[in-house]
Amino acid sequence: MTRFPPPTRTCRVALVGVPNCGKTALFNRLTGSNQKVANYPGVTVERKEGAFVGPGHDCLYQVIDLPGTYSLVPTTLDEAVSRDAVAGRLRGEPPPELIICVVDATNLRLSLRLVLELKELGRPMIVALNMSDLARQRGYKLDRERLSAELGLPVVETIAVRAGGEAELVVAMEAQSAVTAAAAPASLIVPGSADVERTQRESRRILDAAGYVVPLRTRALQRLDGVVMNPLFGPLLLAVLLFLVFQAVFSWAAAPMEWIDAGIGALGSLLQQALPAGALQSLLVDGVLSGVGAVLIFLPQILILFAFILLLEDSGYLPRAAFLLDRLMGSIGLSGRSFIPLLSSFACAIPGIMATRTIPNMRNRITTIMLAPLMTCSARLPVYALLIGAFIPHQAVGWFNLQGLVLFALYVAGVLGAVLVALVLKLRAGRSNYYPLLMELPEYHWPNLRNLWIGLWERTRIFLARVGTIILALMVLLWFLASYPAPPPGATDPAIHYSFAGMIGNALQSVFAPLGFNWQISVALVPGLAAREVAVGALGTVYALSAGADDVGAALAPMIAGSWSLATALSLLAWYVFAPQCLSTLVTVRRETNSWRYPLIMAGYLFALAYVAAFITYRVAVALGGG
Amino acid sequence: MTDQDGQAHSPVSLASLRKGARGRVTAVLEDDSAQVGDQDDSTIARRLREIGFVPGEPVEVLEVVWPGGDPMAVRIGTTIFALRRREARSVVVQIDAP
Repeated sequence: MTRFPPPTRTCRVALVGVPNCGKTALFNRLTGSNQKVANYPGVTVERKEGAFVGPGHDCLYQVIDLPGTYSLVPTTLDEAVSRDAVAGRLRGEPPPELIICVVDATNLRLSLRLVLELKELGRPMIVALNMSDLARQRGYKLDRERLSAELGLPVVETIAVRAGGEAELVVAMEAQSAVTAAAAPASLIVPGSADVERTQRESRRILDAAGYVVPLRTRALQRLDGVVMNPLFGPLLLAVLLFLVFQAVFSWAAAPMEWIDAGIGALGSLLQQALPAGALQSLLVDGVLSGVGAVLIFLPQILILFAFILLLEDSGYLPRAAFLLDRLMGSIGLSGRSFIPLLSSFACAIPGIMATRTIPNMRNRITTIMLAPLMTCSARLPVYALLIGAFIPHQAVGWFNLQGLVLFALYVAGVLGAVLVALVLKLRAGRSNYYPLLMELPEYHWPNLRNLWIGLWERTRIFLARVGTIILALMVLLWFLASYPAPPPGATDPAIHYSFAGMIGNALQSVFAPLGFNWQISVALVPGLAAREVAVGALGTVYALSAGADDVGAALAPMIAGSWSLATALSLLAWYVFAPQCLSTLVTVRRETNSWRYPLIMAGYLFALAYVAAFITYRVAVALGGG
Repeated sequence: MTDQDGQAHSPVSLASLRKGARGRVTAVLEDDSAQVGDQDDSTIARRLREIGFVPGEPVEVLEVVWPGGDPMAVRIGTTIFALRRREARSVVVQIDAP
């Protein structure tokens, strides 16, 4: 392999384009997995940066992928960041030396006006005609030389979804970067409505001059839309799809979850053999492995749900689902745009909350954020699985299984809770404000597997980082609290009774006693506040099991089945539907809203709901003889 | 408002159209002061123009959701957008003769 000297210069490149133009796919193609995702300073918009060295080996391209925007007059925070970034007016962010405006070759009319607006900034710029293969295939016609001449800008073809599809763009970048110099921030003038119509006329003139011919939409696509958006079949199709997705999440994930479980069990016994019995062995096996393992096991379910969401989004289906649901969601004060964030929240509230960035209006966005934790995320599953397995008999009810029905009821309880909260928020807000939908329904595409892969890898990284940091630290802390101080000599009760954890549990018990929780549950809820799924591992530790990490859940189930009443178990389930037991979610809300106000309100209202729900559940169950 | 007789009609609001109606945009009205988002200057009329609702552009109502026909899926030029009736009220359309 030839070694080249390190690059001698750098070039800052900004990728801009309208939404759905394949900009992020092109970004992935250019920079591969060499990406950094962070936030812009002071705002909550995600900043994606990647880098690669050009084929001449002397220039390092630092590429930022800006949020999609239709215009330099923003409607959302995302669009405002894009405008400020290309104009070089973003705090802490030097102006880009080169702008690449990505346009969809199959939808040039929408994109070209943005190109003209960007051109007025007077920056070095390349137009990347993306999806040019698809355009040719579908019979689009365009004289690219002429387009380039009319625009006065280099126009290159790119195929973001194919290896080497970026080659022509990279050549143009090398040519441009050789002559560009550092730029000063540009001034921005808000164009009036006449200016917008002028740029539209100009873009149509240019497209006519360049002989842009758009073929009629194929019958197949029209028919597909006729079914997908049909007022009758559309909602039916959506219901069937959602049902299948959730079915797949549970059935397909079963096998990989068993592998992870077995792997962690094997690692546990290996550690037990390799290390002498004592504090270190106990810390690693009971503390770290059992706790972290209880969480890691949900990775397959989360990934399967995300794979479906990414595929449905990439194919163009999800915006149509949002269109169908707009009316329904409007009746509780939301809009169709809230659908995708809330769907993601069934995997995990954190990406769901981050996905609310595409909601233009802050109040709508806050409402969606507030509802996200009520969607049953996969972290609740270990708790649900443990309690249902221990207390609900495995018996048939008609066509269904009682355990499955209870699980379904818990999901429904979360959604109904969300509807209730949304209605309360709507009442409080009054009817004064109106916020439009104005949402593009992009053309259908075959999903791209490479993008799916990169998207899933990003999710995996975020999840593993969480397991490796917050959850690991908590498990170690809990192990310490549950193990020290050691019981006095001649103690009769279990060791944990004398530990810090035992003291905390006893102190909390007066608060939780009305809900039917015993001191063991109270202790387990404390680390469970940081991350729901930790409660299962915590209960295991609290019940002082000496069993290996892999069968904490299995051995725990008969134990709690013997010592709790049915009313206590149901009450704990009701608590888990609502309780805000996830620090990461609250921290994400703080970051996304830039204030502590909303995470505090969220924690407060969710605790109140959880307490009331658990209290009613417990009292009703006791009255019915479940105590 | 529908043109059974094939004669030229005076322009109507996009919001009054049913599924399958086609025509051309003649104007975008400025009288709805609602904003699209929280950013200043983001009026409905401006965004409608930016996404292609400009005079002369062909427009077609592809689908409407029951009940109430709200929102509607509208093809403008070569792009499909979901609009609520309220946004569609700002768009004036000359219906094509069938």
